[in-house]
Amino acid sequence: MSDVAASKGASIVVVGAGVTGLSTAWWLARSGVDVLVIDKGVVGWEASGRNGGGCTHHQSPLFAEEQRLWPMMDELLGYPTEFQPRRLRIALTDEQLETMKRGVDSARAQGFPAEWLDRAQVREMAPLTGDNVVGGAYFACGGHANPQRTVQAFAWAVRDLGGRILQNVAVTGFTLAGGKVKAVETDTGNYACEQVVVAAGPQTGVLSAILGAEVPVAPARAEMIVTEPLPLMPMGGIDGNGLYGRQTLRGNLAYGGGPHEWLPAGGTGSEALKSSSPIARNIAKRLAELFPKAAHARVIRTWAGIVENTPDGRPVIDRLPGVDNATVATMSSVGFGLSPASGRATAEIVTEGRCSFADLSTFRLSRFGNLAPGWRERKGWLPPESATAHVHAA
Amino acid sequence: MSRGFDPVSTNGKRLTPRERVQLLVVGAGPAGCAAALEAARLGLEVALVDEHPLDPALMGLEVPFHFGGRMTGAVRNRNSMTEAILANDPALGEAFEAGVDVRLGVAVWSLVAPRPGVAWVGRRAAALTDGAESWFCGFDAAILATGRRDVGVAFPGWNLPGVMGATAAHHLLRRYDALEGRTFVILGSGAEATALAEALRSAGRRVAAIVEAAREAIDSAGCARLAASGVEILAGAMIRRALGRDGVEGASIVRLDHAQSETTIACDTIVLATGAAPAIELFDIAGAAIVFRSESGGHVPLVDGDGRTTEPMLFGAGDCIGIKADPPDAAVAEGVRAARAAATALAAGPDADWTKPVAETRPAEQAPSSRLLWARAARSVAEADTHVCQCEEVSLDDLLGVKPPRYLRRDQPTQRARDLVSLAKEGRINQDQVKRLTRAGMGPCQGRRCREQVGAALAEATGVALSAIPLPSYRAPVRPLPLAAFADESEQPAIAEHWDTWFGIESQWIPFWEPLPPIDEDRLQ
Repeated sequence: MSDVAASKGASIVVVGAGVTGLSTAWWLARSGVDVLVIDKGVVGWEASGRNGGGCTHHQSPLFAEEQRLWPMMDELLGYPTEFQPRRLRIALTDEQLETMKRGVDSARAQGFPAEWLDRAQVREMAPLTGDNVVGGAYFACGGHANPQRTVQAFAWAVRDLGGRILQNVAVTGFTLAGGKVKAVETDTGNYACEQVVVAAGPQTGVLSAILGAEVPVAPARAEMIVTEPLPLMPMGGIDGNGLYGRQTLRGNLAYGGGPHEWLPAGGTGSEALKSSSPIARNIAKRLAELFPKAAHARVIRTWAGIVENTPDGRPVIDRLPGVDNATVATMSSVGFGLSPASGRATAEIVTEGRCSFADLSTFRLSRFGNLAPGWRERKGWLPPESATAHVHAA
Repeated sequence: MSRGFDPVSTNGKRLTPRERVQLLVVGAGPAGCAAALEAARLGLEVALVDEHPLDPALMGLEVPFHFGGRMTGAVRNRNSMTEAILANDPALGEAFEAGVDVRLGVAVWSLVAPRPGVAWVGRRAAALTDGAESWFCGFDAAILATGRRDVGVAFPGWNLPGVMGATAAHHLLRRYDALEGRTFVILGSGAEATALAEALRSAGRRVAAIVEAAREAIDSAGCARLAASGVEILAGAMIRRALGRDGVEGASIVRLDHAQSETTIACDTIVLATGAAPAIELFDIAGAAIVFRSESGGHVPLVDGDGRTTEPMLFGAGDCIGIKADPPDAAVAEGVRAARAAATALAAGPDADWTKPVAETRPAEQAPSSRLLWARAARSVAEADTHVCQCEEVSLDDLLGVKPPRYLRRDQPTQRARDLVSLAKEGRINQDQVKRLTRAGMGPCQGRRCREQVGAALAEATGVALSAIPLPSYRAPVRPLPLAAFADESEQPAIAEHWDTWFGIESQWIPFWEPLPPIDEDRLQ
């Protein structure tokens, strides 16, 4: 590596400008670390900027810290994230009501108030709902924010603190020496580093493999739809009827849910985001059921995002075995809402080796130590063609 | 090795179109009609769909053209509008006689084909709607003849009812017989403007003036004829403001070389005949390669001489692959060529090699020069509350400052320090990114009136050639559809039975501190 190339490096290089990588970089930059973020595309261009914006994941050990941070993020970042507190979950069947019980219990167990609502109370909070409501659960915690605005806010805040972000630069490998990553190799040159963070979403598995570690992730595509703006309901953070999403502050209903499509390892880049899946129509059907008074609202866009999942659907935030100075961070398809906290946790693991504010033992990579090869096949987490061929052959 | 099956995923699902056709032709303008007719003559089984007559509610949303509220009440009568459209276009009757399955009032809002991410659909299909419901129609080959749409030019008051696009005016006048408005001012002086002026006059309307930003009228002969019959021709001028309270009552005209000058012309309708863009939404959604060709009117699908796109079995013809001047001979010829090429491809079968057109290397290009001229003229009259994006009320200043919408905080010093120029320095400028931040193009008209204006502003502010800015993406449904009409009301049981909000991974939702059985691969199968 030439001296010139080395001079472009940074103390810590973060691979991936999704919300997890950007938050990590922001927390590092806040503590004065010289940080460089490298992304093959535009900041937040994949799942980080395309999700439902939900911030109500009270099953996670990061939730309490997330809740502490979200109301401050506009001020801390210096840009609006459109964060709005509170969450309402609506059931249209007894079965849906039953599945909501776990969330209510877990929120209450953490000291976050949650209460059961009858149809009239649901109607009051969500006037677009109809007579088909069976009941609901109201959470004084949680909330939602604008994913696109938030990723850009993180990116700009990193820059405001002196961090650097390289867009449209693809990481191709790592220069290793003496059990350490010396530099991150890209299609525009090498970037020297003292530490590296792999937060590359669907590419996390492929990049970790180059570093000699298996981080089992399977990428998949998921759909969302958005309607024209409607009058604002008293609260926007409303899930239900098999859908997640929100009413934006502009008034649009942005919702997703339903079948995902598994993608080959490493994803297929933006190619897999291109066309529109007919699943959007099944989302629309459920949205019209959830909000019968919005059945006239026009769908003006649909889109998809690519997310990755680990075998148990839980994050991996951990030092990579095999090399001394690499950390991996994947949130396993539930990353946006937790991002203020996940970045802080990752930054601490990079600089201190441990997270000071939460028990992240469930995020350890070692839990997959005995995972036999072929786990995607065994789970059937495969793209349709191969899976369908199998079903027909069976 | 044992293999599992994930019922929550798209695995085990398959798109089951309600119907199927051999060749689908989209758009019944000159190119589409010619293509359908030729294909029928060649013995193909052809369906020709055209979205007209439109749902009046869509017209109210300025989709697919900028109607400016200038349709008469007659558009609410679907039957009489269908009759008007059939009566005004003999080619439709000809196609019908030739055995083409002609469907009016049916729009295509998406195209799907098996590809990574949507491999489960299994086959090529078009998403159709009649406004009341949606369905899929499988096809073996498709010819898109989706035409053109108007390019917007923002000036103070252009949001008033009565400001409309030339394509909208043309359709309402010639196809629907349902154009309201008695006295017109036309912005633009090209052949399209003069042809519209003549047509308006023949239909008993008064054309008060033609206003042209260039120093001289573009279609000088046409303008001379109009001048002789009393139409005022104002070159080197721009509309400073559309006057009126609830609708256009007049136009205030300024000479571009003399900002103090001001002429007021009474009119009830202002028509923007300042340029048209190829309607390429469906090509982009289908995954066909799109290129920037200034001489073709902007972004167009990459096609070969027969209209073959880079996407197998997908062809284009007419204005949607490059804007053409009247008369429509060239569009007709393209339709015929595409039909013949489609017939050959269908005979070769779906597994035959598809020779993709290859883009030649060209230097960076700006927008058509006339469009840049209008953009400059628009800037010279813009006021703080002149919204380039009418749906989301985004002004030129908002755009240049990459400002968040007014319902969010926009006064933080860090935010105020950001603008288009600083954004461009962070990496390649991207109109979709600017859309996400400013909301320009995010409204119900789906960016139809502002897309080119925003692109021009980006290019101008950052010094990047328009051809070097990535195409802002199009999204299905390319016609805004009510949830109830868009929804799949007969969904397959496999989707309903295994529907899950997210991936259906149980351990993802159990509180992480509660005991979890060790990962049991067999249990998950």
